[in-house]
Amino acid sequence: MDDLLGDFIAETRDTLEALAGEIVAWEAAPDDRTRLDSIFRFVHTVKGSCGFLDLPRLERLSHAAEDVLADVRAERRRPDAKLVNAVLGVIDRIAELTDAIESGQPLPDADDHILIAALQEQDEPVAPDAEEDDDLAAAVEAALADFTTQSAPIVAPAIIAASAGAPPAVGTASRAVSRTIRLPVDLLDRMMAGVSDMVLARNELARRLRHSGAESPTEVAFERLSLCIAEMRDAITRTRMARVEHLFTALPRMVRDISAELGKQVTLEIDGGDVELDREMIEMIRDPLTHIVRNAIDHGIEPPEERIIAGKPLAGRLHVAARQVGNQILIEVIDDGRGIDANRLVKKAVAVGLIAEDRAATMNWDSKLALIFEPGLSTANKVTAISGRGVGMDVVRANVERIGGLVDIDSKVGQGLRLTMRVPLTLTIIPALTISSGGQHFAIPRSAIEEIVRIGGDAVRMASLGGAPIVFIRGARLPVVSLCDVIGLTDNGMVQSTLVVVKLSGGNRYALAVEAVHDHEELVVKPAAPVVMACGVYGGTTLPDNSRPMLLLDVAGIAERAGVQREQPNPNEVAEAIEEEVQGEAAPVLLFRDLDGVARGIPLGLVERIEDCHTSLISTTAGKARLNIDGRLIPLISCGVAIVEEKVRVLRMHDGNQELAYAIDAVIDIVSIEIALQRCEVAGPIAGVMLVEDRPVEFLDAFWLFSQGLGSDLAGEARPYCLLSDDDPWTRQVLAPLVEGAGYTVVYTGSDQADLADVVIISENGVVEPRDGLSRDGAIVRLRATPDNMGDTPDSLWRYDREGLSAELRRHWTKRSAR
Amino acid sequence: MQDLYLIVDIAGQRAALPASYVESVVEIDDVAPVPCAPPHVFGLFALRSRVLTVIDTLAALGEGSRVKEAEMQAVIVTVDSHLYGLLVDNVDDVVAIEGAAVAPRALLSPGWTACTHGVLDHQGAPLLLIDVHALVAGPQALAA
Repeated sequence: MDDLLGDFIAETRDTLEALAGEIVAWEAAPDDRTRLDSIFRFVHTVKGSCGFLDLPRLERLSHAAEDVLADVRAERRRPDAKLVNAVLGVIDRIAELTDAIESGQPLPDADDHILIAALQEQDEPVAPDAEEDDDLAAAVEAALADFTTQSAPIVAPAIIAASAGAPPAVGTASRAVSRTIRLPVDLLDRMMAGVSDMVLARNELARRLRHSGAESPTEVAFERLSLCIAEMRDAITRTRMARVEHLFTALPRMVRDISAELGKQVTLEIDGGDVELDREMIEMIRDPLTHIVRNAIDHGIEPPEERIIAGKPLAGRLHVAARQVGNQILIEVIDDGRGIDANRLVKKAVAVGLIAEDRAATMNWDSKLALIFEPGLSTANKVTAISGRGVGMDVVRANVERIGGLVDIDSKVGQGLRLTMRVPLTLTIIPALTISSGGQHFAIPRSAIEEIVRIGGDAVRMASLGGAPIVFIRGARLPVVSLCDVIGLTDNGMVQSTLVVVKLSGGNRYALAVEAVHDHEELVVKPAAPVVMACGVYGGTTLPDNSRPMLLLDVAGIAERAGVQREQPNPNEVAEAIEEEVQGEAAPVLLFRDLDGVARGIPLGLVERIEDCHTSLISTTAGKARLNIDGRLIPLISCGVAIVEEKVRVLRMHDGNQELAYAIDAVIDIVSIEIALQRCEVAGPIAGVMLVEDRPVEFLDAFWLFSQGLGSDLAGEARPYCLLSDDDPWTRQVLAPLVEGAGYTVVYTGSDQADLADVVIISENGVVEPRDGLSRDGAIVRLRATPDNMGDTPDSLWRYDREGLSAELRRHWTKRSAR
Repeated sequence: MQDLYLIVDIAGQRAALPASYVESVVEIDDVAPVPCAPPHVFGLFALRSRVLTVIDTLAALGEGSRVKEAEMQAVIVTVDSHLYGLLVDNVDDVVAIEGAAVAPRALLSPGWTACTHGVLDHQGAPLLLIDVHALVAGPQALAA
């Protein structure tokens, strides 16, 4: 709160300074409309800020001045000398009060009402009334107590009342020493440029030092210099950047106060506060956002009783979100109130003579809605202290457009309103990927990139569709856009071997073919010259450390430029799309070449990602290989062939709570097939085999793989035995993995450990040779073949009742552990 | 009235640039090209951590295009708060010239017609006064 108040004081003082000239000029020429407007906006802003900062005295003054000025604007009153004087008096008093708040000294308020009265028509002087005095005194006291946040005894109203007669202590109040200063952004820019130059000079020096083979003391000194420069660069970069959060922190209090004042209930949701934005931008957006939120609560969200009638939840919902989309930051304010009725807006616009009636008839909904941004138009029927004078929205638009942004409005009558401010990302630091094509480097905003794949590598199949290149990535078909072709780079013989899959804001994706992907860098992006921006494919320029300017690609612009060829209707495309869809119903399967050279497959759904790992990250403990991934040990399974290469490719799988890695040689393809396996006889890594495109492909048994991985966790602890008395394929292939997965070692009748069995699973008509341990614990689980047959063996489980079976196995397992 | 002008050789023609636009004269070497850009955009160049757009004056005047050389001389100008480097053949001098530019009274090439404010008289010889805005905007903007 102190921060906000400090901001308010600094802002008000700044505006006052800037306004001083305007006021004098207005005094000389009271008919000057633009001067009147800027003064009006000033008092309006002060009024707004006071509302949520809880400074009722200032608010009262500014509200009174605003009322009068609004009358003048509407030409209901003539700005005569008396009125100008009164307004100036109020503005002077605002300045005095601002100083008083900052220094924490009370300012006698006895003549506030005189100032306010002076604003009114002179024929009806407002008599000072005692109650109002008390109100004001209490208000000042509240404001001061709030600001100084001291626990000292609150100044009693009586004291202020007593001092009311004393001459006002204007100008004598000493200003509190502040630890913050306000700087012109130009200065920050120069500092930033200076530091960037320093970085470049340091890089040059580093190169020279390497060549000349400098001695170590020099190197140490140089290292220190490097560190200092890096730190300084960080600090200066941070001076420009701030999280949108700074903008949002004031909202909860403001929403609370406004809704309380209006007797409405509002739930505020804030999202995306960690989006970073240029400090200057944040300051520019602050006022528009305040206005929008105020409007939303005041005009948008209905009073509770109205909401109930409309069948809406009692509390209105206000959603404020910031996010980065391409090279823009979007700030959305969404409410679920009554929305704006564009037709009513038009009627009003016609009534005040803003537009002609015949033009109104031809307007569509959107352009009707856009009328809200016209000066002097408001849908509110009554003017409240919060908003409703029709200044808000034109000021909002003016402010946002000044920084090269846009305000979009979308309204559904009775359902709510969505206002979107789009502000450019320029001058912000964005994480970007540097790529090259045609021998030239470019940057792509990281936010637009979905993934990067290699052509000819993993799971990527290139094809041609009606002459246009397309690519299948894991079964999804994407158009391929060659960066070289789109922006007319000369092909230098290099193969465009990498695809950067880019996502557009509409959700569309395409693959951008580039020669190489280089690095991930944080770049300061600045707008390029208009002639360069006019190309439509660039978002700005940036200067990486090598001091060679680089262009930031606008992925939407590139899509648009390349999209011309793709829009040609192609009947094959439709057919292909249908075929793809049909294929999509079958499960996608990842085909790969295993370490032993055999082609194997695994359902793609099980594979979380494919990674190249250094062999040094593999450790073998107690006969089990484990892979170190980000500091975690993950069981590594392979087909048994020793890993000799320096790097190995692994499939990472996840079953919801456990991870494992499977070492492979290379990915062959991704196909969509219906899995119809010829099951293997022996339990093991291979579940079965089937023909894929006329080649036999072995399928991995994920169940077995995970049971192996899980089993490793139990290593060292004796696993209980489970006797599977029926030695048929179903038992071996289907049941055994499940039992093993539950932590048992599976034994079959006739094996050495059969007598040690803790649990016996048997088919419903199988016979168990009675043994001591078993009969006592009743550790016999009978399985029946059908789900519903309860008659023959009431205590049996259906053999596919996985949950029941698992629970039963777990029960015996715990019982045994407890013993 | 007396104003300062920078006299340069541009596309084989002696011409004057208003000194108020000119920030400095630099040698530029490593220019990063801008694919897709109009032909008169020679590329981008970093000058003390600011990126400037290098303008090929030959192309802007519709008289061919400049061949990339190891070192080129450029006059740095600021137009609408953007920095541009105008490639020039030679930089001569800064002079003070009395009076405003007058109509050239000659049949200039279309490129020059678009990019000049007129003729200044300097020590008895005519000097074309360059319209920096038009030069930077290039021939495409004029066609539009």
